Amino acid sequence: MIEITIGHYLTLAAIIFSIGVVGIFLNRKNVIIILMSIELILLAVNINLVSFSIYLQNLVGQVFAIFILTVAAAETAVGLAIIVIYYKNKGSIHVETINSLKG
Amino acid sequence: MEYLILLLPLFGSIISGFFGKILGQRSCEILTSLFVSISTVLSLFIFYKTLSQDYSSNKLIFNWISSGEFNVKWSIFIDPLTSVMLVIVNLISSIIHFYSIGYMSHDPHKSRFMAYLSLFTFSMLALVTADNFLQLFFGWEGVGLCSYLLIGFWYKKPSANAAAIKAFVVNRIGDFGFAIGIFLIFYFYGTLDYNEVFQQTPLFAQNKLFILGFEFNLITIICLMLFIGAMGKSAQILLHTWLPDAMEGPTPVSALIHAATMVTAGVFLVIRCSPIFEYSQTALNVVALVGMTTAFFAATIALVQNDIKKIIAYSTCSQLGYMFFAAGIGAYHVATFHLFTHAFFKALLFLGAGCVIHSFKDEQDIRLMGGVWKKIPFTYILMLIGTLALTGFPFLSGYYSKDAIIEFSYLKGGAIGNAATSIGIITALLTAIYSWRLFFKTFHGKYNNKIQKKSSIHESYLIMLIPTSILAAGAILIGFSFKEIFIGHDSLQFWQGSILFLKFFHHDDLPMWLLIITPLIVTLAIPVSYYLFIKNEKIINNLIIKNQSVYNFLLNKWYFDELYNLIFIKPIKNLGLFLWKKIDIGSIDRYGPDGLSSLVKLISIKAVNFQSGYLYHYAFVMLIGFSMLLTYLILY
Repeated sequence: MIEITIGHYLTLAAIIFSIGVVGIFLNRKNVIIILMSIELILLAVNINLVSFSIYLQNLVGQVFAIFILTVAAAETAVGLAIIVIYYKNKGSIHVETINSLKG
Repeated sequence: MEYLILLLPLFGSIISGFFGKILGQRSCEILTSLFVSISTVLSLFIFYKTLSQDYSSNKLIFNWISSGEFNVKWSIFIDPLTSVMLVIVNLISSIIHFYSIGYMSHDPHKSRFMAYLSLFTFSMLALVTADNFLQLFFGWEGVGLCSYLLIGFWYKKPSANAAAIKAFVVNRIGDFGFAIGIFLIFYFYGTLDYNEVFQQTPLFAQNKLFILGFEFNLITIICLMLFIGAMGKSAQILLHTWLPDAMEGPTPVSALIHAATMVTAGVFLVIRCSPIFEYSQTALNVVALVGMTTAFFAATIALVQNDIKKIIAYSTCSQLGYMFFAAGIGAYHVATFHLFTHAFFKALLFLGAGCVIHSFKDEQDIRLMGGVWKKIPFTYILMLIGTLALTGFPFLSGYYSKDAIIEFSYLKGGAIGNAATSIGIITALLTAIYSWRLFFKTFHGKYNNKIQKKSSIHESYLIMLIPTSILAAGAILIGFSFKEIFIGHDSLQFWQGSILFLKFFHHDDLPMWLLIITPLIVTLAIPVSYYLFIKNEKIINNLIIKNQSVYNFLLNKWYFDELYNLIFIKPIKNLGLFLWKKIDIGSIDRYGPDGLSSLVKLISIKAVNFQSGYLYHYAFVMLIGFSMLLTYLILY
């Protein structure tokens, strides 16, 4: 049986972070997926915080994680609301079609 | 009183120029004419005072420039020469103001015209009343400006605009020399005041000036520079080309500016600077030579021209040549006298020509006139008087002044004097021929105009004829009445200090043949001209056919315009085109502003592609940037 060390946690966090990042870039379909990817990145950071909190025997990290979850929930709500409004206006939330910032 | 003389025309000009629309055309005409007439009366009074009481004064208006040692005043300087000029300028000017009321009656811009005329009068008065070179230069440029404005008065005519610009540019060339003369005077004398300059001149008589390693006499250089200015303004040969073109302006302008007053400013300058010129024989010889050449060459051109005003213009040029060679042989007072009489009869001729043109409804070609003397008897008589006076018919004003020039040239003797005498006599003959040719072609012979019916030819308005008759009276009388005062035995007393004669020659012991020859020639010229130009035109026509090249040479004004085109205008135009197309547009613009802006445009077009609008691109860039920053922070 291998002992699970801080390194494993950090690796996991890094993998989740990378999945989130790649999810943003490779996703050509849906804005909601981007939102989910951002959420993944956020969770990866949370895992980091919690694991360091345990590693350093300091509760502040876990408290911080709770805060981040709260904020993330609110942020997701706002993000979803924006997407709904956007869908109502444009009739589509395909990433490919969202390019009104084009110069 | 002096202030009024100078400032009334200025006020008239300002009022008419700026408030003409409010006041109405008629009141502008009356106002400006009235102001100039008051000024005339006052200057006549001053002239009388100088005659009777040796009056002279120098009234300060205000200090103009005071900078270190450089002090220039605005002042009104009255001496005999100035008083004579005041009378000429104001009298002719007021007559022409009145004449213009009639001549310009169909023009919609009368108040502007009157404003220009009055402004011109003011500038000319400022010129003659100056007591220093800078104020003289102010007046000099002022009359140049007014001349430009008035030649181009009918600004919708392209030829008038071209003539105005030509006059301005040619005068600039002369003014350039004049300005250098003034700079030299200030550099060496340290002052521009006439009195101080004239007093110091004998001290500088031997000074040398080194230019490009050559040694010149300082006074000679100063005189020549001043004379170049005078040549420009007085339309002497080489710088004369603007004067005939200036006839594009309204006829009263030609009479006032290009016959009686402004063009005599150059002669005035030479006379005024006689205390400097007297110390340089070389400069005087140059003045005399240029004067003689001009007198002769302009007269030859006048022989074959067909435009009534151009003939008179070349005649003016030629008479100015007379004045210059009179000054050049040292007879400044005779030059002044001729200036005085010439102002009257030349203005008379121009105004008469104006009446003729008016009668023929703007026809100026003398080949299209003729046979109308019975229809317009009054104009006919006026022109007759003018022509007689110009040719120097005995006992009219031109006789006294022109013969005096020839006589004084004879008295002067030497190579220059003899040349001047013979040129004077030959030119007098030419003058008589072209004047009578003009006269007979205009009034006698067959009626040649096909556009106007002969019955439609009518006399001009009284407001034009009356002022002209005043001039006619002047042309008859003034020669006789002012002969003694201007050039008689006691004339030195009259001129006092205003003219310096190092060697004053008295006017006696003349051989009989000299006294008789000129009047004889000009009198004989009348029947001869009548025969040649009216009775038997075949002789002239044969002469023209046989000497076609000479005729063309004269008709094309000695090809001066073409020559200048070839030497100056074309190369300069090519140079300008080259600089414009190749240097400015081709190099500076292409690699300078245009190059930079197109570079920026190119880069921004590339940069636009960067803004794809896709969220993941932005996020990717953000990530790359973030990682680069992070890498940097970790590594260093």
